[in-house]
Amino acid sequence: METVISSPTKTVVIGPNRPFVIIGERINPTGRKKLAAEMAAGDFSRVRSDALAQVAAGAHVLDVNAGIPLADEPALLAEAIRVVQSVTDVPICIDSSVVAALKAGLQVVQGKPLVNSVTGEEDRLESVLPMVAEYKAAVIGISNDETGISYEIRERLAVARKIVERAERYGIPRHDVIIDPLAMPAGAVPGAGKMVFDLVRMIREELGCNTICGASNISFGLPGRPILNAAFISMAIAAGMPCAITNPIEPEIKNAILAANLLMGNDSNCMAWIAARREAESQQSGDGAVRATAAEAARAEREARRAARRATTTNG
Amino acid sequence: MDFKDLPDEELWLQMQDDLYDGLKDEVVEETHEALRRGYGPTEVLAKGLVAGMDIVGVDFRDGVLFVPEVLMAANAMKAGMEILRPLLTQTGAPRIGTMVIGTVKGDIHDIGKNLVSMMMEGAGFEVINLGVNNDADKFVAAVREHNADILGMSALLTTTMPYMKVVIQALKDEGLRDKVFVMVGGAPVSEAFAEEIEADAYGRDAATAVDIAKKYMAWKNEKRAAA
Repeated sequence: METVISSPTKTVVIGPNRPFVIIGERINPTGRKKLAAEMAAGDFSRVRSDALAQVAAGAHVLDVNAGIPLADEPALLAEAIRVVQSVTDVPICIDSSVVAALKAGLQVVQGKPLVNSVTGEEDRLESVLPMVAEYKAAVIGISNDETGISYEIRERLAVARKIVERAERYGIPRHDVIIDPLAMPAGAVPGAGKMVFDLVRMIREELGCNTICGASNISFGLPGRPILNAAFISMAIAAGMPCAITNPIEPEIKNAILAANLLMGNDSNCMAWIAARREAESQQSGDGAVRATAAEAARAEREARRAARRATTTNG
Repeated sequence: MDFKDLPDEELWLQMQDDLYDGLKDEVVEETHEALRRGYGPTEVLAKGLVAGMDIVGVDFRDGVLFVPEVLMAANAMKAGMEILRPLLTQTGAPRIGTMVIGTVKGDIHDIGKNLVSMMMEGAGFEVINLGVNNDADKFVAAVREHNADILGMSALLTTTMPYMKVVIQALKDEGLRDKVFVMVGGAPVSEAFAEEIEADAYGRDAATAVDIAKKYMAWKNEKRAAA
């Protein structure tokens, strides 16, 4: 099953047997005091630079959140989306727990976005899903409901099923619902990682849906967070998760995803991996850099020869 | 793109570039184009395919290229070779020499061995590739049947590489040891190991193996001429 989202110029396909889709998480004022203060004051320069930096680091989609207490979240979110789409061309993931803000985001966004998110709670289902259907967007369904977050894997699957079925009733096809099995902090909930991996498999097998998660929550309150997050993402990919909301600027995470793509057979001829290693090597000093630079120069020479010939043959 | 307007010298360069970058379809087209211009298969092989693969071999040895890239280049070369092979047989173009190559018994690794095979073929050798998991009888029979100048053995495991010695012993028992140049290679194999089992040479990588093989053939031909 494939989920297709888009910007006016770019289409991103999320699904099994494809390279992992990275949704950049940085544009989120939660826990980023400076960013929150700036956004609240109408200064979106950091939003702009974060958008560019994440896309440069390999983000295929950007999550945009403007959840600032006591601020006009719908207006801020709409403006943040406009700013992000003015400097990048990747699809957007509209992120808010405020229904009015999601609506404001849907009104301004260009292309087909991912709405983050709906839960299994009745009032959420009934307010978010009709909007998603109206704007023909895709939606993230988080597997919790009024009773909270269950520690029973079957109950979480039941909530996921409820979301998918309700969405279908509103005319949202199943492939446009991506389930978030909820990654709990593994430091507080032993086995939280395994529960995600099991759910990813079960959701794929029993509901046929794609899965997603915020990949940073798993390491909350623990040292070495990027290392843990990277291991978690690799294992989730192995379990069949096709995308995550994460930080591509973190080298551990970026490398783990490149490695997992290669190991899953989704990096044709290992080209993305080799290119990334070459780039890393050329930024270091020593023999490796000399070698990489020389190889790059040789490659440029071949390309130049090719281009020159192409020009000649076209003119002739 | 159209190759038809390129001067000949540029066509060879283009062929080498495309082979280096593993562009199979382009290499096939260029091979046809070179033949169309009246070049013989031997020349197309040497100036286009082999010249391109030489650069690939050197860059692989130097750590500039990696296995997937070499395999892509090798595939492009193979596609070109498939066009040239029947012509080479027809014209009876002289081959540099004959090599039997295979991975030894108990071992099913073949990437490196196939690379050597492809590059030897590219260098003008007739190569009989026995595949993987070959026992001594198979090696001996192939050496005899094809009157091989060179035998190449590959092993990727410390547990299978001692079998190379068994094959060398079998060659001795059959009276073939002095007639064939034995080369060995593979990750755990070393110069010292080659010496210990009385092989004639150790090829640390595909490019080196081709070099050694060519040097051996030059020496053998000189000796023949002198005799």
